[in-house]
Amino acid sequence: MNGDTACAEGAIAAGCRFFAGYPITPATEIAERMAERLPKIGGVFIQMEDEIASMAAILGAAWGGAKTMTSTSGPGFSLMMENLGLGIVTETPCVVVDVQRAGPSTGLPTAAGQGDMMQARWGSHGPYEIIALCPSSPQELFDLTVRAFNLSERFRLPVLVMTDEVVGHMSEKVVIPKVEDLVITPRRAPTKPPEEFLLYQPGADGIPEMPTAGTGYRVHVTGLTHDRRGYPVLTPEIQREMVERLVNKIRDNADEIVEVEERDTRDAEAVIVAYGITVRPALEALALARRAGIRVGLLKLITAWPFPEKAVRALAARVPLLVVPEINYGQMSLEVERCAAGQAKTVLIPYAGGRIHTPEMILSVIREQLAAVRDPSVKEKGTDLFSRRPDTRP
Amino acid sequence: MSDDSKINLSPFPAANVNPIDHLLRADRMPHIWCPGCGIGTVLKALLDAIVESALPENDLAVVSGIGCTARVPGYLRLDSFHTTHGRSLPYATGLHLANPRLKVMVVSGDGDLFAIGGNHFIHAARRNVDLMVICVNNFTYGMTGGQAGPTTPTGHKSTTTPAGNLETPFNLPNLAAAAGASYVARWTTLHARPLQATILEALGRTGFRFVEVIAPCPTAYGRRNKMGEAVEMMKRFHEKSVIRHGANTQEVDIDLDNELVVGRFIDRPRPTLAERLGIAAKAEKQ
Repeated sequence: MNGDTACAEGAIAAGCRFFAGYPITPATEIAERMAERLPKIGGVFIQMEDEIASMAAILGAAWGGAKTMTSTSGPGFSLMMENLGLGIVTETPCVVVDVQRAGPSTGLPTAAGQGDMMQARWGSHGPYEIIALCPSSPQELFDLTVRAFNLSERFRLPVLVMTDEVVGHMSEKVVIPKVEDLVITPRRAPTKPPEEFLLYQPGADGIPEMPTAGTGYRVHVTGLTHDRRGYPVLTPEIQREMVERLVNKIRDNADEIVEVEERDTRDAEAVIVAYGITVRPALEALALARRAGIRVGLLKLITAWPFPEKAVRALAARVPLLVVPEINYGQMSLEVERCAAGQAKTVLIPYAGGRIHTPEMILSVIREQLAAVRDPSVKEKGTDLFSRRPDTRP
Repeated sequence: MSDDSKINLSPFPAANVNPIDHLLRADRMPHIWCPGCGIGTVLKALLDAIVESALPENDLAVVSGIGCTARVPGYLRLDSFHTTHGRSLPYATGLHLANPRLKVMVVSGDGDLFAIGGNHFIHAARRNVDLMVICVNNFTYGMTGGQAGPTTPTGHKSTTTPAGNLETPFNLPNLAAAAGASYVARWTTLHARPLQATILEALGRTGFRFVEVIAPCPTAYGRRNKMGEAVEMMKRFHEKSVIRHGANTQEVDIDLDNELVVGRFIDRPRPTLAERLGIAAKAEKQ
């Protein structure tokens, strides 16, 4: 099946029973699959009037007791940003899938991009942490959609699945596990009666329990800065208490959330750091390089946010060169550079979108940069994120 | 549990407890509204109607957007959701569809529901979602200090129309009716009892129900338009308002100088979205 369909099936397997969305290429197939499937299994599909409404509806439905999802692409993702923040501050579990296309603006609706990665991190205003996952195949789109639902319930926040047009539209074999073989995280139901319950009283792990509307808890849920009762309290002290908990519940649990895969990094003199569809040409570039006797490895970022800092730091300490191919002009490469902190040279291989990198494109940058890294006359290894290299341009 | 929720903050002895007290979050008082504001009257009418309806209170939920009126849910001891500016209706739509047993109400202002949220309003009405929407129309953005909005009468002054509003305001009942609302009514805050009766009636209906309540905002609006204090604004409502049930909604424009038509304009059952989805609660149908 194609990636979009696998995403919808992953959501259903994870227990999603409410989907609100708006048609947009290249994410429409997710909505279409949900429209077909949900009514047959007791769920609700609704096509909203826009993506703002879609995001609002899945937050409301989550408080109504459902596991909820929406899917979109760049223009719609931009419209969702304000209510994404509402989901974060009200600690509302839900999943948002962004099937990235080439931007800015309407851009190339039918072609891949990875230009929304920093928007995923910072797109809504104010200080917060987020979780974003990056599948590179239809199978991973299924698996990571399930994981996104589990993480959203575990940490009580909207979780982003940052895929792209190529993964969404490519057809590959997808193995759907039996229901009993899937690990599904349920909603954290209140363990105290209403009269003893505080809406945002964190549990031992820093995360509060979540009642469903209509069960007698009489919650007040607000986007204003609020205290543990959920009441608006507009003071710097409560602002700090609330923001610290929202941020720390992710930062303190980064080891549990972050998922990466390493290949052939043990002896590597250069490592490709890639995510999403770009993992595919990166793997091919790795194979080409090894055949040519160049010791190349791969770090695959399955989690984009929180950023896999430890993995990049560890690599930077022993590998002289990190190259980051991405279908934008420098987003996750900025994070790689930050974590490499001058220990390894970090080189961006940008691509504006429309197609994906070719393996040769990646390999040619590795060859060129390895020569520079090895050259003892070049003292300043530094980074190379924004220089113009005509040979890598599409 | 914090202890303050157990303290009786009511100035009245227990024997004189108001029948709506248990629906108020006393620990959130005092409220933020200005002297002379009409929102408190709407809140009282809503709670009186809820008590009179005898609906199970745990099945009630109130959603709002942003603004003065949008603070209403925060004072109610009900499941209550204070969302983003203009987005109460899609939020409430999701809440309702996820649990059709809930009686979901939306209480918000004219700017919230009809400027930034206008598109959501016509689509929620078109779908005939099971929502009771109360719009407190005070002709201005009160929270931000009195800017012009989609209901500000032509020629009226605001901080953003210092020489007078050049635009034509929405006729809200007509908009609701044209978009497909099942139930449409309008009162002013002077009409506290009929308003309560209308809310009670609307609570018993299904589908998209819209109640517009004309309210004074002496602080941000009346003052700037030489309408005097709250009492003078209420006097104006008294002098201008005409009760005309079943009025043609095309003829209920407001300019605050000529007659202000109030009453129940539309009451027409239509299949609701939940019914069409086959998920409608087997609740009391009128």
